[in-house]
Amino acid sequence: MATETSGKKSLWDRHKIFETNVFVLIIGSLLMVSIGGLVEIAPLFYLKSTIEKVEGMRPYSPLELAGRSIYLREGCYNCHSQMIRPLRDEVERYGPYSLAAESMYDHPFQWGSKRTGPDLARVGGKYSDEWQRAHLADPRSIVPDSIMPGYPFLLRAELDLDAAVAEMKTHRLVGVPYTEDQLKNALADLKAQVNPDDANADAMLKRYPKAQVRDFDGNAQKLTEADALIAYLQVLGTLVDFKLYDDKANLR
Amino acid sequence: MAPTLTGRKTLGAGEGSLAVFFALFALLWLFIASKATDAGYAFHAWLFVLGSIAAVVAIFKRYMARPAAPEPQEIDGLPNYNFGPVKFGAVMAMFWGIAGFLVGDIIAWQLAFPVLNFDLPWTNFGRLRPLHTSAVIFAFGGNVLLATSFYVVQRTSRARLAGDLSPWFVVLGYNFFILIAGTGYLLGITQSKEYAEPEWYADLWLTVVWVVYLLVFVFTLVKRKEPHIYVANWFYLAFIVTIAMLHLGNNASIPVSIFSPKSVIVWAGVQDAMFQWWYGHNAVGFFLTAGFLAIMYYFVPKRANRPVYSYRLSIIHFWALIFLYIWAGPHHLHYTALPDWAQTLGMTFSVMLWMPSWGGMINGLMTLQGAWDKLRTDPVLRMLVVSVAFYGMSTFEGPLMSIKAVNSLSHYTDWTIGHVHSGALGWVGYVSFGALYCLFPWLWNKRDLYSLKLVNWHFWLSTLGIVLYVSAMWVSGIMQGLMWRAYTQLGFLEYSFVETVAAMHPYYVIRATGGLLFVAGSLIMAWNLWKTVTSQALAIPVRPAGSALAAA
Repeated sequence: MATETSGKKSLWDRHKIFETNVFVLIIGSLLMVSIGGLVEIAPLFYLKSTIEKVEGMRPYSPLELAGRSIYLREGCYNCHSQMIRPLRDEVERYGPYSLAAESMYDHPFQWGSKRTGPDLARVGGKYSDEWQRAHLADPRSIVPDSIMPGYPFLLRAELDLDAAVAEMKTHRLVGVPYTEDQLKNALADLKAQVNPDDANADAMLKRYPKAQVRDFDGNAQKLTEADALIAYLQVLGTLVDFKLYDDKANLR
Repeated sequence: MAPTLTGRKTLGAGEGSLAVFFALFALLWLFIASKATDAGYAFHAWLFVLGSIAAVVAIFKRYMARPAAPEPQEIDGLPNYNFGPVKFGAVMAMFWGIAGFLVGDIIAWQLAFPVLNFDLPWTNFGRLRPLHTSAVIFAFGGNVLLATSFYVVQRTSRARLAGDLSPWFVVLGYNFFILIAGTGYLLGITQSKEYAEPEWYADLWLTVVWVVYLLVFVFTLVKRKEPHIYVANWFYLAFIVTIAMLHLGNNASIPVSIFSPKSVIVWAGVQDAMFQWWYGHNAVGFFLTAGFLAIMYYFVPKRANRPVYSYRLSIIHFWALIFLYIWAGPHHLHYTALPDWAQTLGMTFSVMLWMPSWGGMINGLMTLQGAWDKLRTDPVLRMLVVSVAFYGMSTFEGPLMSIKAVNSLSHYTDWTIGHVHSGALGWVGYVSFGALYCLFPWLWNKRDLYSLKLVNWHFWLSTLGIVLYVSAMWVSGIMQGLMWRAYTQLGFLEYSFVETVAAMHPYYVIRATGGLLFVAGSLIMAWNLWKTVTSQALAIPVRPAGSALAAA
């Protein structure tokens, strides 16, 4: 402990205020722990270079968003990243490196932290729906060395349509630019995306360009959770056309 | 003793208002239960109803049983410590510890033998992994922190815990939060933010509990009889305050409806990523480091019977640690779409963080000066000291892995998992075990532990377990990282992804075996503590309550 040998107060003596006044200690600590976060987080909201300008990004269609909720619910992020780093091997293995813009409508983000399984940022279109179905139901029937759990129950479970529509509204509240038109037609669009013969399919495609309209789970009788999840997986990484993307325009 | 016959017993303001609050709370959740859109959420609503009713009943039963006068602050000039909530927290820590380690080992075996997933929603890895991380960090670690902080703040302040019902509200309310969070994961209720998976209503409940925790802690310090706030309490305080800030920032979300368990996080994409790892890394920095350094600062000197090595070093490393830690988050996002300037800041501060971390390690280890011989005879002290050594090791490894070039290899691999576990099993685990081995005899007035030999067994079994775990993860992590970037002579990627998965198998078996040894050690510990509490032979003859030991 600091001793007062001379009349002049040393820094150690001045520190005594923190050691004797609990409220001063709290305020001091709060100040110290606030600075780093403020400096690192606040600029991300106003620096224009944080999120690149790109063509093609749009909010998820109702079915894709519902599929995303299932992806979250089952904890897929525990083993799969959605973030391709600009490293040679990753770009060759998975495709063009991920842009910040590609996850700007992701609440929450799904970049992940571990690749027990491969990255999924550009898994869209890589495999057929049939492959995805069989793989979800029994991964080792397709990839013998896979250690992924099976999700056969998703092919049986009926999708909760009301929850999917309600979640869209909340997404708009937090800033996802869904239009009135999109919200009004959410339920119809959701059903149209699994049925190419649906009268609403064209209107739905106008609202969600590049959306894929198919019976994803191969079971026309039922709109299942697998329909939604596969629709989500098939759109991942497909919205930005990298043949047209100009990375020089977005130097950061 | 307080007069029990004179003076009419009246319901205290705290008792009355808390009972009314819980009665209304029960009604609110009854209403929610009746309209819940999701079966899991309805189950949670019923848990809230039952918990609230139990709280009202407990308040009145306690009122009927208690004397008219409130508990005295002092008895015969000695502080009348409130150890009930401490005992509860200590027991729950042991319980959740075993549960969390066990789930961890189960999912480790799932990675080695995927058939163990059983392909059911409630047993798949994706839902069990958050159960494991939350059970060990928040249930085990959290209860250790609650119990030790309530013990240490009383002892080092020579004052009874502030509040009458509030300390109980904190420990019971916190464990109720754990129950909601854990069952929620199994039912698929998650907001999918790592280490912050509980949904909005669990988060709100935790916020209430946490504010009361802060108040109890602060007002115990306010009425302390010691002129100085002991250094352990600085760390506890920084931990409580910072966790509150992180929790509120990272969990900002809007519920879909009050009848739905789902909410949507207000942050998106790159900003959400930064918020998440600002939170995630400082859950490590403040929950698993600052809080447990506080434990080190009390229990190592106590057990070694030596003063803290350097008071000035503790001042410097305290301020440096809390200032630097908060910047380190972006090292979880190297080479991602997070802007480079933020990544560079994160790396720079992570490397600097090495210094205050080792300041803490030096202060802990050097406290043993003049008492090193005790390591041979006291396995509890050995556990505490080895924990500090593990702390030193993982706080060296961390800055190393935060360097971008190293991180490009280590990120997304098991190296991270190994790093986390050398810190979690070696540092957090061992310092907690050491503290609990000290606390149980102190709290239950026993001369010593039931068996030091069993502590020895626990120590060596779990040390062997950690060595197997960490070395297996180093090999598998670095190997997989290298396989991912390996090229053939013709310039093609050499391995498909699944080939790198298959190569992990032997290491996953070794890791799970190491985990099993760690679980076995914790079972030995629980048995030892149980025998300590129930042994009559070890009992210290009764003295006035709460004065078994001189104030620290």
